[in-house]
Amino acid sequence: MTINERQDEVIEEFEMFEDWMDKYEYLISLGKELPLTEEAKKIEENIIKGCQSRVWLAADMNDSKIQFTADSDAIITKGIISLMIRVLTDSSPKEIMESELYFIDKVGLKEHLSPTRSNGLVSMVKQMKMYAIAYSSKV
Amino acid sequence: MKKFNVNDIRKDFPILSREVNGKPLVYLDNGATSQKPQVVIDAINSYYSHDNANIHRGVHTLSQVATTAYEEARKKIQHWINAELSEEVLFTKGTTDGVNIISNAWGRFHLQKGDEVIITEMEHHSNIVPWQMICDERQAKLKVIPVNDAGELQMKEYKKMLSEKTKMVALVHISNTLGTINPVKEIIKLAHEVGAKVLVDGAQQVAHAAPNVRDLDADFYVFGLHKMFGPTGVGVLYGKKELLDEIPPYQGGGDMIKTVTFEKTTYNELPHKFEAGTPNISAGIATAAAVDYITSLNWDEIHVHEQELLNYATAELKKIKGLKIIGEAREKASVISFIVEGVHAYDLGVIVDKMGIAVRTGHHCTQPLMNRFGIQGTIRASFAFYNTKEEVDVLIAALNRAIKMLV
Repeated sequence: MTINERQDEVIEEFEMFEDWMDKYEYLISLGKELPLTEEAKKIEENIIKGCQSRVWLAADMNDSKIQFTADSDAIITKGIISLMIRVLTDSSPKEIMESELYFIDKVGLKEHLSPTRSNGLVSMVKQMKMYAIAYSSKV
Repeated sequence: MKKFNVNDIRKDFPILSREVNGKPLVYLDNGATSQKPQVVIDAINSYYSHDNANIHRGVHTLSQVATTAYEEARKKIQHWINAELSEEVLFTKGTTDGVNIISNAWGRFHLQKGDEVIITEMEHHSNIVPWQMICDERQAKLKVIPVNDAGELQMKEYKKMLSEKTKMVALVHISNTLGTINPVKEIIKLAHEVGAKVLVDGAQQVAHAAPNVRDLDADFYVFGLHKMFGPTGVGVLYGKKELLDEIPPYQGGGDMIKTVTFEKTTYNELPHKFEAGTPNISAGIATAAAVDYITSLNWDEIHVHEQELLNYATAELKKIKGLKIIGEAREKASVISFIVEGVHAYDLGVIVDKMGIAVRTGHHCTQPLMNRFGIQGTIRASFAFYNTKEEVDVLIAALNRAIKMLV
């Protein structure tokens, strides 16, 4: 599946929700399900500091594709991270570099990617692309 | 004086009748900024509609009208804080600006190698970083008064720190995170005994009562107008005249000079010496409306009302399982910080916002204080006189619902 196909899939899922409660309950459940990053990877150099919540992000490359793992101390942030990983992980560096994440806006979570939220998510997206750039030179 | 009635007062603030996310707004983020009464909004509108001109310059009518209104606002602040002279009231951009003016202008003039500056563990970053910067530059030492588990300053430690090396004590009047009201008068008296000066950060104080700078005997007292129901972008630096006279200006520009030649410039007198450039005139003028508005209120009754809100909210919050209040000082303003076991402050903030409630989450620009309590951040509900017990009930119900979703 391409990145855009995965985005469209998420958008379709969110269309089922009738109100914000359903949406956030889903996000919270995603946050709870997201496998915790092993403590070994929760190191200072993997931390993305937001003012409000902390995010850890790590990336590995297998078969020319990037695998992301991430974690956060806030559960809603973690739910959104889970969606981002689902959309971006297991893609080539080129695909990630060229991707445009339109699904966040479409599912009505844009406010979480606003810099004023300072929850670390904006920096996380930037960092995911930085990893893609770094790995693309190794392909 | 009119009897205080919270439902009548709320009508003075148009924003309080709006909805957020389809629910009536419950605004409990007054520690960040207060809402504005209609008279303040009207004053800004009226200035730009009728009187806009640059001040202290023109001989034309509009310039004089604007200058008079601006200087009237200064006098109103002078009386409100009980300063002896109007030139002791300097207009700034806000609290942070006031601290920076003194740390730079006073600090560079007075601090020598080996001197000591004392701050407290509960300071806002804006009363930490400027002092760190000037202490680095002047090779002076920064000392910190510790806070006890209740969130009160450890006065014994403070007394031990004071010596002839102490040149400045800079501290917050009311903690923005804990709500603790510090014994500022006593702290100032002790500092003066060793010849030190004191700067008080009154950012939170001004929403709850007028600071009496002469009674406190504060050397410098700084605050922003936007937390006392006035406009953003304007603040006040009060300083004793003899202390402001002896230090050189901080910024150069228009308005702050007497004569300029390429060889030598002589500086204007107080207060203009510290007010380089065109100030925020509309906000300065609207300040007069804010002071008029708050002085028309019955503050004895407001004090009772705010303490009732504090006590009621504290008692109701404590009923929530796993909730812990951070900051239980004996002397406390209507500010409550708390954490809930197993729930991140950010998540709670996001969910209650969906229910129309504005609270602050995070470290509140007091990271050293968060480290002191071993936490990442808190949720803070800060009440103003226009808040109600019913709003506390809405908050409690929303928190219970959010916790159920999150745990």
